[in-house]
Formats: sequence, C-alpha cells, structure tokens
Amino acid sequence: MNALLSLVAVSILVALAWVGGSVASLRSVFGIVVPAAAVAIFVVGLAARVTRWALTPVPFRIPTTCGQQRTLPWIKASWIESPWTRAGVVVRMALEVLLFRSLFRNTQAAMTAEPIPAAGQDAHGAAPAARGLRRLVYGEEKWLWLAALAFHWSFLVVLLRHLRFVVEPPPAWVDAIAAVDGFFQVGVPVLYMTDVLLLAALGYLLLRRLVDARIRYLSLLQDYFALYLLIGLVGSGVLMRYFVRPDVVAIKELALGLVTFAPVVPATVSPFFFVHLTLVSVLLAYFPFSKLVHMAGVFLSPTRNLANTNRMRRHVNPWNYPVKVHTYEEWEDEFRDKIKAAGLPLEKA
Amino acid sequence: MADQTPSPETLTQVEYRPRAKNWLDPHVEFRRGTFCYSALPKSLKALDLPNPREWQPFHRDWKLPPDWKAIILEGMKDRLDRFRSFRLFMDICVRCGACADKCHFYLGSGDPKNMPVVRAELIRSVYRRYFTTAGRLFGEAVGARELTEDVLKEWFYYFYQCTECRRCSVFCPYGIDTAEVTMIGRELLNLVGCNINWVLEPVANCFRTGNHLGVQPHGFKDSIDFAVDELEEITGVRIEAPINKKGAEILFVVPSADYFASPHYYTLLGYLLLFHEIGLDYTFSAFASEGGNFGLFTSHEMIKRLNAKIYAEAKRLGVKWILGGECGHMWRVLHQYMDTMNGPADFLEVPVSPVTGTRFDNTASTRMVHICEFTADLVRHNRLRLDPTRNDKWRVTFHDSCNPARAMGLLEEPRYLIRATCRHFHEMPENTIREQTFCCGSGSGLGTDENLEMRLRGGFPRANAVRYVHERHGVNLLACICAIDKATLPPLLEYWVPGVEVAGIHELVGNALIVKGGRERTTDLRGDPFEREAPAAEEEPVHA
Ligand code: SF4
Ligand code: SF4
Repeated sequence: MNALLSLVAVSILVALAWVGGSVASLRSVFGIVVPAAAVAIFVVGLAARVTRWALTPVPFRIPTTCGQQRTLPWIKASWIESPWTRAGVVVRMALEVLLFRSLFRNTQAAMTAEPIPAAGQDAHGAAPAARGLRRLVYGEEKWLWLAALAFHWSFLVVLLRHLRFVVEPPPAWVDAIAAVDGFFQVGVPVLYMTDVLLLAALGYLLLRRLVDARIRYLSLLQDYFALYLLIGLVGSGVLMRYFVRPDVVAIKELALGLVTFAPVVPATVSPFFFVHLTLVSVLLAYFPFSKLVHMAGVFLSPTRNLANTNRMRRHVNPWNYPVKVHTYEEWEDEFRDKIKAAGLPLEKA
Repeated sequence: MADQTPSPETLTQVEYRPRAKNWLDPHVEFRRGTFCYSALPKSLKALDLPNPREWQPFHRDWKLPPDWKAIILEGMKDRLDRFRSFRLFMDICVRCGACADKCHFYLGSGDPKNMPVVRAELIRSVYRRYFTTAGRLFGEAVGARELTEDVLKEWFYYFYQCTECRRCSVFCPYGIDTAEVTMIGRELLNLVGCNINWVLEPVANCFRTGNHLGVQPHGFKDSIDFAVDELEEITGVRIEAPINKKGAEILFVVPSADYFASPHYYTLLGYLLLFHEIGLDYTFSAFASEGGNFGLFTSHEMIKRLNAKIYAEAKRLGVKWILGGECGHMWRVLHQYMDTMNGPADFLEVPVSPVTGTRFDNTASTRMVHICEFTADLVRHNRLRLDPTRNDKWRVTFHDSCNPARAMGLLEEPRYLIRATCRHFHEMPENTIREQTFCCGSGSGLGTDENLEMRLRGGFPRANAVRYVHERHGVNLLACICAIDKATLPPLLEYWVPGVEVAGIHELVGNALIVKGGRERTTDLRGDPFEREAPAAEEEPVHA
C-alpha cells in the first residue's frame, strides 16, 4: 500500500514534468521557477533544520563507546572507537560518514536447531536436534552496507560529473572523474560505472523493503517515496545519456542560465530533461523535511561526535537546574537514634 | 521458577516474520509475565511525583489526569528543546532496519515492536503528528499517529520492555540510541504517573535512606560487621571496615545489593579483604550507601536528585577522592552524568593510588575511580600476591555489562583481573561480548518477578552465548561487574543453562588473594573448599 501510493505519487510527478516540458507556456515554469524555488527551499530549509539542531543543547556527554576507554597507560585504549582526543573523534566521524563504519558491523540473527559444535571444531551440518532448544546464530550481513556505500558514493560522483553542465569550461578534475568513471570504455557513449552502481544499489534497497517482511513492516510511505524519486531521477538521467540522446547543448544552456541567474529555456530542450530536472527539484525541496536530512544530522549525533572524556573533563549542561534533594542533615535527623545506637559518628550529637 | 513459565523449548519457538502489516495499531495486551506492576502511590508521594493512585496496567482505566494529553505534548516539546539527542533522533532515522535484530527483546520475543527502530517510531509517530507539517497534514499515511490512551499504554508496555542497553546504538549508522528515546519516553510517562513499582520503590527508598533497599544506618552497619566476621572465619584475619569516618583518604561507594544480596556479597568480601591487604585508608558512608541510581530509569531530574549525595558525602567526610564498586548502571551515571549534574568536584583531588602512586588522570575531573581500574593497577604493579589455582574449579567467561561496555568502555580491566586470578578463561563469541554484549534482559528496573517471561526472553541471547561456551568449554562461571546482573543472571542461567554460576570480579580476586597473617586458607569466599588442579593447566585458555 505504502509502496504503491508512493509509486503513484512519483508517477504523477513524472507526468506533470512531462506535461510541463511539452506545453510551451509551462516550460519556463518547470525549467526555471520550479528549480529555482526548489534550491531556495533546500538552502533555507536545510539551514533552518541544522540551526534548530545546533541551537538545541547537548546537556550530557553521551558517547556510545565501542572500544576500550583510555585509563591506565599500559592498557591499550581504542583511540577511534572510544576516542579521547579531537583527532580520535574526527577519525571516528570520518569513518562513520565516509565508510559507514557502524553499518559495517551489521549481522543477521537467526534461530537454528543445529547443535553447538564441539570445541576445536566449527563445522556446521551436524544433524539438528529433532525437538528442543533452538539457539541463536549470527551471520555476516554486509549487503546493506555495500548497497548504501555504493549508492552514496556513486551519487556523489554523478553529482560531481554534473558540474560539466554548469561550469564552462569544466574543470580538469571533473573530466578526470568522468574518465575514471568510464574507465572500462564499454559502449558508445561510454558507460559510467556509477550509473550502473546507482541503479543496482537503489534496486537492492527497494527490493529489500518490498521483500523482507521485517523491513516492509517498518517501512513508511516516505521511505518508498524517496527511493522511487531517486530511481526516477537516476532513471531519467540514464535514459537521456544512453538512449534518447536529447540536445545536450540546449540543456547545458539552460543549466548554465540557471546557475548564472540568467535563465533561458531553449526550444530544443527535451521533455525528458524536464522530468529529470523536476525530480531533482522535488528531491531538493523535500530534502530538509524528510529523513534525508540524515546527511546533515549524522554530524551532530551526540553518541558519535563526543569524546569519551567524561571523567577527564567536565561537560556543562546549560540548563542544569537545582533539584530537590535529601540532605545529610535531614537523613541524620530522621535516623539520629539509630545512628547513635549503631555507634556511628554524628554531626550534631 | 513460577509454574506458568513456559519451557525453554517453547520460548525458543520465536518467529521473526511479523504477522501484522505495520505497527500503527497501538493496541497491546498486558499478558501475565510480560509487564511490570504499577508503582504504589506512597512511593510517588514520597518523591512528590504527579498522579499518585492505585492502578494497574491491565486495568482498563488508568486514571490519568484529565489533561494528560496536553501534559505529554507539552513535555515532549520541552524535551525536544532541551535534548539535541531527542530532537535529532526523531528527525534522522531512515528506517534502514540495521538495528532491528540487535535488540535482545526482539530476538527473544519476536515481537516486531521490540525492534529498536519501531520502539522509537512509537514516539516518533506522535512527534510527526504534532510537531511536523507533513504529519499534521497526512496523518497515518505518513506514519503520524494521534496521541490516544492506547498509544500511551503501548508506550508504557514497550518503554518498559527496553533495558536502555544501547546495543542498537552501536549498529545504527547515525548512532541513534533508542535507550535515549526510552529514557525520554519514561520521563513523559512519569509526568502522568505511569511508572512501575520495581523502579519507583527503590527510588523512594534511595531518596530517604540513601539506598535502594531501604537499609537504615544501623542495618548498614550490621551487614558490614557481619561481613567482617565472616571474613575472619574464612581467613583468620580481623579486618576493619570504617563507616562515616571523617578524614579518610577515600570514600568507597557500592551498590546496596553488595551488602544485602547473594552472590554480590562475596564480591563485598573480596573488596574488604583487598582493602585490608593493601592497608587502604577508606570509609563507607551509611548515607551514600548506594552507588546505583534507579533515577536513571525514571528521569534525568531523578538521576540528579539521587546522585547528589555522593559528592555531598565526599565533601562532608573530607575525603580526597572516591572509589566505586562493581555495578553497571551506577557507572553509567557516575561516568556520564554525575560531574555534569552535581559537579564540579573541585573540593576533591585527582585520584592517586596510595599503594602504587599511579595518578588516575582519566578521572581528573570527576575524581571517581572504578574498582577494576584500581585493582588492575595494583596487579600490574605486583602489589598483590595472587594464587590463581584457588579458582581452579571455575571455568570462567566474562559478561560485559551494558553500561560499562557501551557508556564507559571498561572492557580490558576486568579481563586483566580474570586472567590474573583464574586459569581457565573462555570468551563468548565475538558479537556477544565487549561493545556488542547482550543485556541480562532485566536491566533498567525490569528485574521483577511478574515480568519473568519477558526477562527470560530478553535474557535469551545472553544465555544462548553462555550455553555456547558451557557446552564447548565446560564454562561453569559467568563473571560480571554489575549488581543487576548478579541478581538476575542466576535465575536466567538456571532456566537456560543450568550449571553455570555467577560471580563478581572481586570475588575471584578475593579468592586468589594471599593475605599477610591469618591462617592457611582452605575455602573460597563462598565457604567452599578450593579444588586445585595440578599446577599446569590441562587446557590453554582459549579466547574463542
Ligand atoms: S539503524 Fe538507525 S537509522 Fe537504521 S532503522 Fe535503526 S535507528 Fe533507524
Ligand atoms: S536500548 Fe537495548 S533494549 Fe532498548 S531498544 Fe536498544 S537494544 Fe533494545
């Protein structure tokens, strides 16, 4: 249901964009107004969101420690997983943001009836106990990590490649990225690895939500929506590059016009491109209000970006307010006789 | 074990395929064995908490205050503005499901709402509905739910079915810590008087008497004196255990179970013997007679209210620094909250071991040292004479308690002490120890009898790993450094892995410790005869 509704929603967007790109009077709306508005919403929305987070205090230092703390000099401490220096935190965050360190830990739990292998032997395959106690085993599960990594990195590369459309002449490093991306020299035009990876990763991520009962159970409309949007976006791009081959010069003119605040919509820009552009616009405008803000939020996560220096350096809570406590004096007053009888010292005899 | 408790075979028939299509329906059934009873009005009154009344979770009418909904929403707003963690965690979850099968309650129950992501969604759905535009406009279509009494009951059920263990947070790509969400969820529930007795009675006790068990000063003195007598019987040495002694160098704070419950008690004997042997100038406090802090399971404010006495007593007694015993959640508070809440501890000195001269710079601000850090330092400097053969009857494995592992990073010190005091040490499988350790299933105040089935389910992944080393290596002792573990792991193991006992690290230290004077020891701290093996261990310690 969620999957279907969001597919319908994205389809409607595609259709709208197609119409917008086909009807002459709408072309400047979809070619200029929509993307410009989307960028504005993206910038303002994201800034507002991040500011909001940043202004919300971090009352306590609550890193999740994933390794040995720093204590005695002869105990090997884990400077990345339980960092106590700024460098350690930076590396921890870098691993998280660039390589998805935590996702790499992923395992898959399963119940099995197989007996526990004897010491010194790891072989599975002993006859399962017919009835009785099952046990939990944990298997490697790196696909999610791999797909996430493939998606995010490919997306970044594709984004950088797109600079060719908005910077004239394109910087050399952009060409270099494109050259590496097309390294295998397959087909004409050359097939980019990242295009394949993007579609494969998105396909996996979607399939996972649809097929795995557990993931389907927790998936919301917006989870599918984001995936369909991205698939539509990448799909329309791929379609244009490898199959329909629209007038690239005209597209470039439009793109350059947008970024130089001198917008034009050349007559030969294909409706395919309007679909692509509109989906990007929707993505941008949707970004700050959706789970996609995880891109910015991850940097602020207090369980990851704080050092495990809790007992070394005091962390100050800006709203630390006085609370009602029970004082020693009250305690002594209440139990005076018992304290005396037990022979323990008193403050007030 | 209660009669209605299903057999282990039945409990492992867990299905991980959710039966419902989604989690939007809030209805829960308060089935016997899977929830905790409500807090008694007297506890709430003692603490000036709102809405004290007689009620039970399985009653239809929870006797909520008429404006309960406004109170909760106002409370949410307030906390969204005060905790970046809460606001951020509401905003950035992508529902990737990486955390889903990392929660011991999900693994043991198969209840899909026990997946950490869904547990958080229970509150996130209300956040969407009242605090985001899309949620206001589209409602359930985008996973936004009206705050109804059923939702509140569902919160109660599932936020008291999370032990705040932080395991999910290790696996989340954004570090989303469902324990943090649960803590806030419980704070909100507390605003309308929906709390459980197993948490609030200890809290009320602790506020009044200084400790969860409600032990009064003379009772405290009696238990310590009793331990001193017992040690004399075992070792022939008469030791001293000062209480409320002004001018001592060190204040020693323990969880109250150490002097009132078993097998904690043997750990207490271990501490006392150790301190005697090294001639430590320390004191207990009969008021700061609890390091544990069930406020952690109530609200941030309550953490602070209960924790205040530690620094206050250190100041009053004029000690130089503080030493803390073996307890898990107690150390979360001491490590991550105490200094911020009740510091600065500028009236104390940076801890220095009087025996080795080691300066504990890692506690330069908080000025409180964990006993395992302290003892590991002694062992490292060869200041203790240890005879590990005295622990030969134990084949030991180590259970990392959630909080020392994931909120502190205290992983190596206890292992170092086990290796120094025992000859047979076998690690449980890699993804069940250290930062990936599994909870005992009864933490965060859920260790009550009426909740037994859920505890056994939640403790299953832990017990499952113990069973693994029990069968493969004959492990018969689960060592740990947590008072809740010591209370709840024995029944858990009796159910899942009979034949494995539970002990604290300092019990093992106390067994192995050779003290000056006294007589030749023949029994361990439990009073059982040593069973030494031939000097060479017949089996190499394996770190599986
Ligand atoms: S792992 Fe983190 S982002 Fe993924 S579903 Fe769980 S809480 Fe959400
Ligand atoms: S904190 Fe622990 S108990 Fe709570 S949801 Fe996470 S894994 Fe489960």
